[in-house]
Amino acid sequence: MNLLHIAWRNMQQRGLASILTMFSMSLGVGLVVLVLSISWIITESFERNSNVGYNLIVGSKGGSLQLALNTVFYLSQPIEVIPYEEYLELIPGPNGRQQEIKRVGGRIAEPDRKGKFSGNTSGGFAIPMCLGDYYGPFRVIGTSSQFFEKLRWGKMGDQEYDFADGRNLLDHSPEHGFFEAVLGSQVAAYMNKHVGDTLNTTHGDPDGEGHGQTFTIVGILQPTGTPNDRAAFINLEGFYLLENHARAYADLANPDEKKVDVPREIGADEPPRLPLEKRDLTAILVKAGQPVFAVNMQRDINKRLNTQAVSPVKEISTLVETFINPVRYALLALTVVVCVVSAISILVSIYNSMNERRRDIAIMRALGARRDAVVSVVLLESLMISVGGGLLGWFAGHALGVACSSAVEARVGIQIGFFNTITPTEWMLIPGIMVLATLAGIVPAFVAYRTNVSQNLGS
Amino acid sequence: MLNITELKKSFKLPDGGQLPVLEVPSFHVAQGEQVVLIGDSGGGKTTLLHCIAGIMAPDSGSIQIDGIEMTRLSEAGRDRVRAAKLGYVFQTFNLLSGFTALENVRLGMTFAHGRHNLPRAIELLRKVGLGERLHHKPSALSVGQQQRVAVARALANRPRLLLADEPTANIDPGNQQKIIDLIRQCCDDEDIALLMVTHSTAVSDQFSRVENLASLNRVVERATATTSTGEPL
Repeated sequence: MNLLHIAWRNMQQRGLASILTMFSMSLGVGLVVLVLSISWIITESFERNSNVGYNLIVGSKGGSLQLALNTVFYLSQPIEVIPYEEYLELIPGPNGRQQEIKRVGGRIAEPDRKGKFSGNTSGGFAIPMCLGDYYGPFRVIGTSSQFFEKLRWGKMGDQEYDFADGRNLLDHSPEHGFFEAVLGSQVAAYMNKHVGDTLNTTHGDPDGEGHGQTFTIVGILQPTGTPNDRAAFINLEGFYLLENHARAYADLANPDEKKVDVPREIGADEPPRLPLEKRDLTAILVKAGQPVFAVNMQRDINKRLNTQAVSPVKEISTLVETFINPVRYALLALTVVVCVVSAISILVSIYNSMNERRRDIAIMRALGARRDAVVSVVLLESLMISVGGGLLGWFAGHALGVACSSAVEARVGIQIGFFNTITPTEWMLIPGIMVLATLAGIVPAFVAYRTNVSQNLGS
Repeated sequence: MLNITELKKSFKLPDGGQLPVLEVPSFHVAQGEQVVLIGDSGGGKTTLLHCIAGIMAPDSGSIQIDGIEMTRLSEAGRDRVRAAKLGYVFQTFNLLSGFTALENVRLGMTFAHGRHNLPRAIELLRKVGLGERLHHKPSALSVGQQQRVAVARALANRPRLLLADEPTANIDPGNQQKIIDLIRQCCDDEDIALLMVTHSTAVSDQFSRVENLASLNRVVERATATTSTGEPL
């Protein structure tokens, strides 16, 4: 028999009180584990999107955070639209602008010059995006095949978009024309759609008027844990051909420029496309040829009349620092308070039992136990309650996380394992709480230390 | 084995004064000797045992146990001597209710460094007739059986001196003699000195050496003398 055994017996003797105290401790630690797990999920979710694979988002002037939220996370409403001409300025390479003009055709000024930022984006890309339609509760993004060809995702920004089924969008396909769609993994699962099925988008909001034009689903993405899992992508050319998607006033953008009609040369045998002067965009995703070019380009774009360029990484970081982290810290502080309360409950529970124990302590002292031995017994009991409750809470918290794994994965695409949510904070915080709870035994241990042996032996 | 000289002990009164309780000029118990101590209630018998055991520190004087001067030891030192060289049987048994009979006996060994001996604990319980009740808790034992466990616990560390404070006071008459016989036999078997406090003449009559604390303790002598003059104590 040793001091641990004696402490264990003391706990058993006060079984219900010990279990309830331990449960209170486990509840506190379990809450901390859950909050830390949720924090981890949020952090992981943002980290996966923090390396979005491009340097700049070019969109309408207005709130930079709103532009990033709208473009990266498909949240909130677009600020405004920008003319397609802005996209032409960003297409990489000296011939990029001319080729795009020949591919689309329409009225445009200076059709033969190169794009103003084509040098900066040479070696990178510019991907056009249009938002505004919905498919069920999900956002519809009108874009080009470049979206899946050139964008990368993941923490390191090195993972390609893979298709669970089917293929990427084509600019024009013989069987579906301009009307092809690719679905994110969650959209396909939620809407129960497969490659070969069709969809119709609604205009403006989920309950808006449905467009008559049908798109054929040609691909379904593998889950990525990014907002793209919850989006439906349609060919930008098809998007423009939907009713109310053409600009009402064709020469609104830069009306003073001297514009000329340029006939479509590339794909001239294909069905008509919406001409350049009637096209608008919600945003352009831009990757500079060299990162250093992005800084200059952002400054120059922001000087332009209609557009602004924002750094998505900076905006996401601002979002996390301004809105997400304070909530995380507040939740964490709250749960630490719960743990302190649990520690106090250990103190109260053991302290209240000290009157009953004085006789036992006196007996042990009469048998030769030194004061530090009885102090150790009380501290060991406190330690067992705190460690037992703490481990129970830690296990229960992570088990609950695992139990919710499929629901979390379905929503944010992040898999929760038992161990992968364990963060360095947890390694520090949970033992810290256990130490705190153990220290709560100091007060009753002091009572044990001061117990008068001769007075309590005969009682 | 036990040598007491000029032992004095008094208690502090709430008004700040001192109440003398013990003033024992000389008291000795030899190795293996069995001594019974009688005296009036409140005469200081339990206080004397507590001082001998080192549970209480005397005001002055000398208490030597097996050659060790207890009054010069720190509290921790007295704890060590108590665990190693003394056994204590209480009037109220003082078993820990959450522990089994065997655990209560082993508890006595826990605090004596290096003397943890499970076979001896089992052997002692068999010796006191509780070989079949090793894992019973005190609440499942009769009062006589509880005192037997207490005796086994007191003997667990092979003490040199066994202190027994009215060990039969709470036991039915049928079992009293069995407990006395058990304690004396165990002390005989292991050459342990015994100092037993009792009020029972039936018990004290069995001992060859009976000491009355009233005659050992000068405080009681003075109190008696003072009282005989008609002045208040």
